[in-house]
Amino acid sequence: MASARTLQWKTYSLLAPIVFFAASGNVLLGKGMKQVGGLREWSPAALLALFARAFSSGWIWLGIGSLLLFLVMFMVVLSWADYSFVMPVSAASYALVPLMSRFFLDEKVSLLRWTGVALISVGVALVSRTQATGGERS
Amino acid sequence: MRTALFMSLAVLGASGGELSVSHAMKQLGELHHFSPRSLINFLARALRVKWFWTGIALLALGFFSLLALLSWADVSFVIPATAMGYVTGALGARFLLGERLTPLRWAGIVLVSAGVALVSLS
Repeated sequence: MASARTLQWKTYSLLAPIVFFAASGNVLLGKGMKQVGGLREWSPAALLALFARAFSSGWIWLGIGSLLLFLVMFMVVLSWADYSFVMPVSAASYALVPLMSRFFLDEKVSLLRWTGVALISVGVALVSRTQATGGERS
Repeated sequence: MRTALFMSLAVLGASGGELSVSHAMKQLGELHHFSPRSLINFLARALRVKWFWTGIALLALGFFSLLALLSWADVSFVIPATAMGYVTGALGARFLLGERLTPLRWAGIVLVSAGVALVSLS
């Protein structure tokens, strides 16, 4: 039985890559889909053609790989940590996406989005002051 | 009306799916060793838990509801509104999983939810 302190660090050491892979997965998919192009009409044929183009993009596959790694680590961390702890803390990826888009995709980020980044950061800071494993009653 | 229905399906599907996966993982118990062999063993055991598949089905329902919703509703309304999922997820954790949420954690979750809504406003 690990101490609460050890568990807290074990949780953080998985949450860091979880946040990173969720954010990089979305940024890579975004980059891939920008190259693939948008959907002009919502017909099944157009959707199918879009998927075919998307799966021939290397960025899309890197994005899918990132999100798969995210999913596996998400499952592992939930084998001991509270969902109500993991869920808000992993939202840090939403704060990371504007940062990555700004520096990696060279997109402009509005003041409103920076405000959102600030709110998420404060929220994650608050949640991470609570115990990761309150314990699921079962 | 149709928008409200699909929005509820998208949010509740995503929250319900993650709650089910969380419940499934708790049944497996804490992973102690991180060797490739024990990780593969862990994932193989996960695939045999009923709640895991319930979770995947709900996540798929949520994803396709979102996709359908986006075909007629405005992205700049839909995506920020899905940030509600943090609150429904927390309610599910409290009342379905029986997790203890301190006021500090609730405050953090509300801020995160508002922040995600702002970030996804374009």
